[in-house]
Amino acid sequence: MKVLSLDTSNQPLSVAILDDNRLLATTTITTHKKHAEFLMPIIEDLMKKSKLKPQDLDRVVVAIGPGSYTGIRIATTVAKTLAMTLNIELVTVSSLLNLALNFKDSQLLINPIFDGRNENMFTGLYKFHNGQPENVIPDQHTDLSEWLNQLKATNEKIIILGEIDSFAQKMKEKLGQHIILADPLKSIPSASELGIYGLHQKPVKDVDSVVPRYLRLTKAEADWRKLHPKEDTSNYVEKL
Amino acid sequence: MKDSLILSFETSCDETSVAVIKNGNQILSNIVATQIKSHQRFGGVVPEVASRHHIEQITGCIRDALNESGMSYPDFDGVAVTYGPGLVGSLLIGVNAAKTVAWAHNLPLIPVNHIAGHIYGANLVKQIEFPAMALVVSGGHTELVYMPKEDDFEIIGETRDDAAGEAYDKIGRVLGINYPAGKQVDQMAHLGKDVFHFPRAMDKEDNFDFSFSGLKSAFINTVHHADQINTSLDKNDLAASFQAAVVDVLSDKTVKALKEFPVKQLILGGGVAANLGLRDRLKKDLTDFPETELMLVPIHLCGDNAAMIGAAGAMLLRHHVFADASLNADPSLEFEYIS
Ligand SMILES: [Zn+2]
Repeated sequence: MKVLSLDTSNQPLSVAILDDNRLLATTTITTHKKHAEFLMPIIEDLMKKSKLKPQDLDRVVVAIGPGSYTGIRIATTVAKTLAMTLNIELVTVSSLLNLALNFKDSQLLINPIFDGRNENMFTGLYKFHNGQPENVIPDQHTDLSEWLNQLKATNEKIIILGEIDSFAQKMKEKLGQHIILADPLKSIPSASELGIYGLHQKPVKDVDSVVPRYLRLTKAEADWRKLHPKEDTSNYVEKL
Repeated sequence: MKDSLILSFETSCDETSVAVIKNGNQILSNIVATQIKSHQRFGGVVPEVASRHHIEQITGCIRDALNESGMSYPDFDGVAVTYGPGLVGSLLIGVNAAKTVAWAHNLPLIPVNHIAGHIYGANLVKQIEFPAMALVVSGGHTELVYMPKEDDFEIIGETRDDAAGEAYDKIGRVLGINYPAGKQVDQMAHLGKDVFHFPRAMDKEDNFDFSFSGLKSAFINTVHHADQINTSLDKNDLAASFQAAVVDVLSDKTVKALKEFPVKQLILGGGVAANLGLRDRLKKDLTDFPETELMLVPIHLCGDNAAMIGAAGAMLLRHHVFADASLNADPSLEFEYIS
């Protein structure tokens, strides 16, 4: 099976092309956040170097969020449009899980973190059993102190990775020896890992309905729902 | 000549639209998913909400546009997409979807300026002839564009502050009308009289630029003042007075432009081009220009839609205007100001 996998959830951009478990080509860039400009040319280039045409693809695997709203929309738009237009399978994977996959051989708890600014974070807690992930604490948007309380209850060693710069110090203060900082190289999401993981996942049934996993309402919608708790929110877009 | 077939995308604001256009003038399909109901909750377009809706809708719109047209990918000559101006988060959905389809089916990618789309909406009714002038009026734009030939767009005048449609929405709010307010204000204007004589900003100035923020403030001050002294003003008269000022300025500047730049056609496009007061006024004013044909974009094509982008895209295809896979959204894309 020929698989294209992509992750543009945050600053890093990672694209890979696989033939089953075999990596054919991959690119990861961390210096720019120009995903809208770079993503398609990189896909084109890697496909060419893999000697594949778009029609040769069987499956697209995308990191669907959480992450930067624009970032997850770019990869998701490309992935769902490609799946639709080529009529191929689409697999979506949590962007936090994709980062955690860098430690799929570890026995420890794995805590991927994306910085949501102002002490907020997108995060979740994972543990791998023979390479298979368990989402010990579900992916969520939360703040540092609330997250520390949840982590404290586990009373186990935890590897933290991802955008940890503004959190690591405080996490060590609160949880001491339980917190282990990941090697910086392993804090970068890998589309190769994503593609290999996505090989064995179920494709989505309805490509058209796929949306990024924001894990957070827009402020306008959150405020509005507070005032209109009972309103049906499903039919806001109408075809003319 | 061989037929040309374009698959076009438009997602610059709050409509997700995909169309199939033959020879730049025939609509085989034009799917428009509008988010108006969603943004009405907030009294105006919320960019992040708009972007989220676009990604929900995009592939369904492509599917419907293809099905309705009866065409399939090998039939196409190009994929056209609005890459600006507009809301960046909204533009990005259309741009990325279009790039993906173009790459997947080895089709040329055609970058289209949204304003060129509004102008080429006219081509879906009757072939545009050059030189032509266009008055493009919408919630985001108010500009006079001179076109010496089909692929040459030169701005001769534009708004210095609010767009005309934006002013309609703002005074609509004061009148208790939800966004988008244009249609209802237009209806009320037809029932009232211009009794307030609001200022016609820049009307007498020697340029082709517009300004609507002073008019908006005068309107709001008039209503607030009446509230303070506990009198109530006739809402239809308020609407009529506001619309008279807008239409006066738009038509006066257009007439001035036609005098300086004689053209074969004057095109009225953009969301506010659906305004009946403005359409009637230009019809009347154009009787002084027997050499100039008035091209009113049909009302159902005045709002944002991909059909107009496909019409402009077909023209750009003839001129071999293509983009590569690095095409990005350009939220502040503008034509050159005439030199
Ligand atoms: Zn528009």
